[in-house]
Amino acid sequence: MATATTGSLKSRKNVGAPGSRPSFGRAPRRSAANPPGRFGVYGGRYVPETLMAALDELERAYEKAKRDRKFQQRLDLLLKTYAGRPTPLFFARRLTAELGGARIYLKREDLLHTGAHKINNCLGQGLLVERMGKHRVIAETGAGQHGVATATVCALLGFECVVYMGTQDMRRQELNVFRMRLLGAEVRGVSSGSCTLKDAINEAMRDWVTNVRTTHYLLGSVLGAHPYPTMVRDFHRVIGREARAQILKVEGRLPKTIIACVGGGSNSIGIFYDFLKDKRVQLIGVEAGGRGSALGEHAARFRGGSPGVLQGTYSYVLQDAAGQIALTHSVSAGLDYPSIGPEHAMLKDTGRAEYVPASDTEALEATVLLARTEGIIPALESAHAVAEVIKRAPKMKKSEVVIVNISGRGDKDVGILRENVRLD
Amino acid sequence: MPFHFENEPALVAYVTCGDPDLATTREVILAAIDAGASVIELGVPFSDPLADGPVIQRASERALKHGTSLQQVLTLAAEVREHSQSVGLVIFSYLNPIQRMGLAKFCKVARLAGIDGALITDLPIEESAGYLSEARKNDLATIFLAAPTSTDQRLKSIAQISTGFIYAISRTGVTGARQQMTGDAPALVKRIRRFSKLPIAVGFGISTPEQFAAVGKFAEGAVVGSAIVQLIEQNPGREAATVGEFVRQLLAVRC
Repeated sequence: MATATTGSLKSRKNVGAPGSRPSFGRAPRRSAANPPGRFGVYGGRYVPETLMAALDELERAYEKAKRDRKFQQRLDLLLKTYAGRPTPLFFARRLTAELGGARIYLKREDLLHTGAHKINNCLGQGLLVERMGKHRVIAETGAGQHGVATATVCALLGFECVVYMGTQDMRRQELNVFRMRLLGAEVRGVSSGSCTLKDAINEAMRDWVTNVRTTHYLLGSVLGAHPYPTMVRDFHRVIGREARAQILKVEGRLPKTIIACVGGGSNSIGIFYDFLKDKRVQLIGVEAGGRGSALGEHAARFRGGSPGVLQGTYSYVLQDAAGQIALTHSVSAGLDYPSIGPEHAMLKDTGRAEYVPASDTEALEATVLLARTEGIIPALESAHAVAEVIKRAPKMKKSEVVIVNISGRGDKDVGILRENVRLD
Repeated sequence: MPFHFENEPALVAYVTCGDPDLATTREVILAAIDAGASVIELGVPFSDPLADGPVIQRASERALKHGTSLQQVLTLAAEVREHSQSVGLVIFSYLNPIQRMGLAKFCKVARLAGIDGALITDLPIEESAGYLSEARKNDLATIFLAAPTSTDQRLKSIAQISTGFIYAISRTGVTGARQQMTGDAPALVKRIRRFSKLPIAVGFGISTPEQFAAVGKFAEGAVVGSAIVQLIEQNPGREAATVGEFVRQLLAVRC
């Protein structure tokens, strides 16, 4: 039992916070160096008391499963035979030639079953739900990719499934809404606040706090209270593990740069994680720059945000002077969120990763360029990462290697693309 | 301690401050005190009230529409304190507005405003060390939630660091009225008493005089929130009178 009076943050000097850490809490003492659930000063567990026992239960179940070879074998088999891992690392020859700089490789998470990396985490948590003996699963979704992956895994494992989705997102991702229903999930529209991902998470948490005894909340990103940011990251680590082995095999060396988009931050932390120790590999996270730099016009937490607590975790948050959470905008529903995974906040402060914005327009243009040079239509989320490589590759040497994580495919976005892209 | 729970159950009345505006909130609070409420929970509106049901969500949205802030709520508290020395005043908030103000500043200003204690919905005991030390410095009661899902070990820790009273959540779920109270509450209160001698207030879902009276059989206080907030929503222009009358009805069943 962790009590409130143990542990000291002052002893952890590895992180330079932008301000000082808020004085409202310290991490529970488990191991002095880096307690579980804390990433430097970020992370933690800020939820109503009703949920604390369930988080403890989940943490225990996960820690036990992690060490259980049978669990890992079953997950690996599903990842391989059901989801389609390993995903290829593809050399983008024509895009490389077009940009005239670094050699560009694409990590093809878009080829996974359900069309995005999200399935990695859903399979992992799904198997945990079985072990915990729960039968009802709830989830939030922004772009619908996590909702579809959750609905898929619930169908596969025989769970009841309810997905919360903002009504604005339901409109812009209506194909995914139908897919979830086709898979047997109930989709509940959320029309509070900005009617997007943040509000869907609020509503999922309200469901969870009510039905916590029977229900598992299958959170879809490296957000929320401990153990979610750690657990979800671990389920996505496979992306970076594969990419590292693949690039060493084809190029015989590590890449100079890795680029991934960052909404909550699951695909990016997944591909970054196994490269963290390779200090010379540059890690670039791309946030949604939206349509302007004013608060409310974007979802670039590292440009306009400051540390705060939202939905269970302490991280960078887009907020006003009174601590109210700001509205956000992005053409991409999956990046349209006012906070960011706490581990990214730490990577930003320590400088190990760099975070840059890409605007709506840049993402749309990147989509078209990738479609026409490589025959790959990326999800609008992943298109933000492509937009960054478009800016960066021409300035790099031709001998240098860059990997872009194509976290999802763009089929779901065809409606938005049709409204926003003029084809000549 | 400033909390008086002599008649059982004492009424702990919650209002979302700034709904529909701060002047009305002030009138509502004074009317509730006049009618016999023992403790007022001053709800600080938050953009993402994930522990609240639809009634308090709507109230928060209305309050935020004209920018109600924690600072304004504390100013309101000071005004209420001028009118009543004996009522207990508790700030009921999510963590982020308090964190944004700064915990030390919040505790200091709250004390100056005559606040007796604070309850931060999404601040569980594990994360509360810094808060506890600032609150103690300023003689603010640190009120924590206890839930039906809390293990005995957690209840013990909650009891150890709580002062003023303990807020027992009657059932799993968000705030808001229910037809029937579940059987969770008496069992939870009994478990808490093994670890604490503090008064216990039961909340979540209490909306009728009958439910209010029933809580009096096993707890010192009963929190009524959404029912009051709903009356405010449904009686524009007559908020204070309606809430005053409702509080009288609640307390009339107390013997």
